[in-house]
Amino acid sequence: MERKSIILRILENDKGGKIVLSSLAVVVFVVAFCNLFIPESSIFHISTFTVTILGKYLAFALLALALDLVWGYLGILSLGHGAFFALGGYAFAMYLMRQIGNRGVYGNAELPDFMVFMNLKELPWFWLGFDNPLFAILMVMMVPAILAFVFGWFAFRSRVTGVYLSIITQALTYALMLAFFRNDMGFGGNNGLTDFKDILGFDLSADTTRVALLIITFFALVFGYLVCRFIINSKLGRVVISIRDAESRVRFLGYKVEQYKLFIFVVSAVLAGIAGALYVPQVAIINPNIFSPLFSIELVIWVAIGGRGTLYGAIIGAIVVSLASTYFTSALPEVWLYALGGLFVVVTLYLPMGIVGLISKIKMKKA
Amino acid sequence: MNILKIILLNLLIFSFSYSSTFEELSSKLSDNSFKVKEDVVSELIVNYKDEQRLEILLQNMLLGNLYFQNQSNEILFLEKENSFKSLFTNESITNANENDFSKIKINNKLRSVIKASLAKINLFANDENKRLKAAKNILENLEEQDKKILEEALKTEKTSSVKDILLESITNINAKFSTGDEQLIAISKLGSFLSAKSLETLNGLKDSSDEKVKVAVKKALNEIEFSKSIYSLIETAFFGLSQGSVLLLAAIGLAITFGVMKVINMAHGELIMIGAYTTYTIQQLMPNLIEYSVIIAIPAAFIISGLVGIAIERLVIRHLYGRPLETLLATFGISLILQQVVRTIFSPLNQEVKTPSWMSGALEINGALSLTYNRLYVVIFAFVVFFAILYVMKKTSLGLKVRAVSQNRPIARAMGIQSSKIDAITFGIGSGIAGVAGVALSQLTNVGPNLGQAYIVDSFMVVVFGGVGNLWGTLIASFTLGEINKFIEPLAGAILAKVIILVFIILFIQKRPRGLFPQKGRDAQD
Repeated sequence: MERKSIILRILENDKGGKIVLSSLAVVVFVVAFCNLFIPESSIFHISTFTVTILGKYLAFALLALALDLVWGYLGILSLGHGAFFALGGYAFAMYLMRQIGNRGVYGNAELPDFMVFMNLKELPWFWLGFDNPLFAILMVMMVPAILAFVFGWFAFRSRVTGVYLSIITQALTYALMLAFFRNDMGFGGNNGLTDFKDILGFDLSADTTRVALLIITFFALVFGYLVCRFIINSKLGRVVISIRDAESRVRFLGYKVEQYKLFIFVVSAVLAGIAGALYVPQVAIINPNIFSPLFSIELVIWVAIGGRGTLYGAIIGAIVVSLASTYFTSALPEVWLYALGGLFVVVTLYLPMGIVGLISKIKMKKA
Repeated sequence: MNILKIILLNLLIFSFSYSSTFEELSSKLSDNSFKVKEDVVSELIVNYKDEQRLEILLQNMLLGNLYFQNQSNEILFLEKENSFKSLFTNESITNANENDFSKIKINNKLRSVIKASLAKINLFANDENKRLKAAKNILENLEEQDKKILEEALKTEKTSSVKDILLESITNINAKFSTGDEQLIAISKLGSFLSAKSLETLNGLKDSSDEKVKVAVKKALNEIEFSKSIYSLIETAFFGLSQGSVLLLAAIGLAITFGVMKVINMAHGELIMIGAYTTYTIQQLMPNLIEYSVIIAIPAAFIISGLVGIAIERLVIRHLYGRPLETLLATFGISLILQQVVRTIFSPLNQEVKTPSWMSGALEINGALSLTYNRLYVVIFAFVVFFAILYVMKKTSLGLKVRAVSQNRPIARAMGIQSSKIDAITFGIGSGIAGVAGVALSQLTNVGPNLGQAYIVDSFMVVVFGGVGNLWGTLIASFTLGEINKFIEPLAGAILAKVIILVFIILFIQKRPRGLFPQKGRDAQD
């Protein structure tokens, strides 16, 4: 009861968040139910493919949430959030790789296939410990956190702001992409990590595992939302918002702006890392393309379309754009890049507050 | 009367024997004696060095393709099967009866005489290129007896490039065939030559039984290695220069749009791509003018990319001034659209852009160092573009207006400058330069829809590293990054080199957020 009241208190005055989260809860429940309990012959059965796709969207939504925290509330446009997502994904994929054991093509119990292929004799040091799921989960959060801390510590301390910060975050993810494309890095080069068999002893291809992953992702999203909302509603959140609006003034008032920025940036990176870790088992592959600047900038447009600075807008944006992307890339692949490019232009020119802003505008007119 | 006739006839014969024509002299080759033929060849060389037919004659004689007509002793050479061509009348005789002609036979001694003569002809030719070719040819197929001709040629040779090769040839012969001190001196001299031939000679002498020779060879080899490493250093520096000029070309347009106007144009790379595709289109439209296509493409690309840039500015960016992050997103959307347009019009695949012949090949400086012409021209071109832009920005009234608007828009407007027109023109110039960069890049890399993406991060790095709003900073930053990249590459590999550079710049910006050459004073405020 106590816990529930905290959640309710966090969501107080957050009508949009309540609506989005509860409708998502309904969708997730219906999809899970229709997949598991309605026989395949029935028209109400929902395929496992749909379950996986929905899980992927929810992981993206969590990523968008993380970006909205830094962009919408701290005013930092990160063009490199894909890097944190990918690092979390790689950390968890390493655990999944170790779970394959001797079921790989080469049947080597000690080494993943690509290492056998590269004639490695023993596991590189940075792969040690990843057969332990708890260690892997810790790394999913620690690796992005450490990168964000080091990067942010340098960047914020020397007061790199605005466009410069955006460009160096882009350079960061670009550099990581180039590095991960190298075979000698020990992360599978351009093929990435794939061919996972099971997770925590459960078969990854089983329907129940997929549904469980979907539900876990949903709860991670809710958890992430609550954390972000809690931070924003707190006293710390107010300082953060004022940093966005008038950085020098906050600094003159005696607040250590760098520390606030760093804290939010690291929290956001951890959330992005968790999103990546949830993404990997569902799509069953991770490769360096996730590091590409294109992906990072695409997720910026999710947030922009949903409406930045609202948190739930980021969730809406991520799901809507991903849905459109899935539809177009299979139905009209030629049109998708025109549409995506057009979205960037139209949203920035005519919808500065995104879908959420549009809805509230319409409401205002009606009232 | 009779006496007069005899005298006249004698006079005639007399004069003939002293100055017989090329035809008469060469007819004597029909003689069976090798000794006579040898004399004839030597005489021909002395009297008809500049006669073009002599070279043809000797070459065919060497190959055994020289014949004479049995009755008239007319000299002919075998053009192709059953077809002779007369050296005297230049007429071809097809379907000839082989019995009418006899082959002019040669022996080994005669062969070497002919060879020497051929080399002699060319070594003493008036055409400089011919001499160079002959000298190179001799160096390739060195023989001991060549030494005499080489020394003779050296006496009269004036062109230094030919002289060097002659000297090298003589030194090689001395190193190989001489003995004693002369050989040792020659070996130590070989150390200063860099050709593969000298290296071959030295390597051949490495296992000599003579200790002194061995020591000298070792020393010479070390010397060659040392100068080779220096030349490879120069070569790397040149590659860095070339890489730097590519960066400069890609970044200079950005330095204007981003540096002067403070507009983040993520579609800048695509404007470069449009320039490259303009070159491709021009080559497709005018297949007969490949030689000039690049020259035509430069203004064309400037105009097309410039117009696209102006369209972007008028339609989108104009509405987003003062909102840099939004501009970034909107122009990124435009870049996606432009890429897709190119994919739709052309194809998603890379297109082949031809290189004009004057841009292919390489400038050979010596045996160890050669610079490719396309890179050389791009380096020059980058400087030309840079100084042209610098001139426009610093010395013209347009440049003055651009700088005025970028420094203080309201005051500039108060002075009667139409700021929105200047914005459009500035953006057009920046975009046009991007198009011109595309023309240059089309000669160096693959032309495809992703061409621009590869350069956008790099060009931003250059501009930020150099200091926003500072063209000189952009110049220095381009070449610094180009050189660092090329010098790290052999140590770390191409990809890691790039990563190292990016990390370096990220760290650098932490230290100096405003780049190498920050703007000072009040303008520098955001």
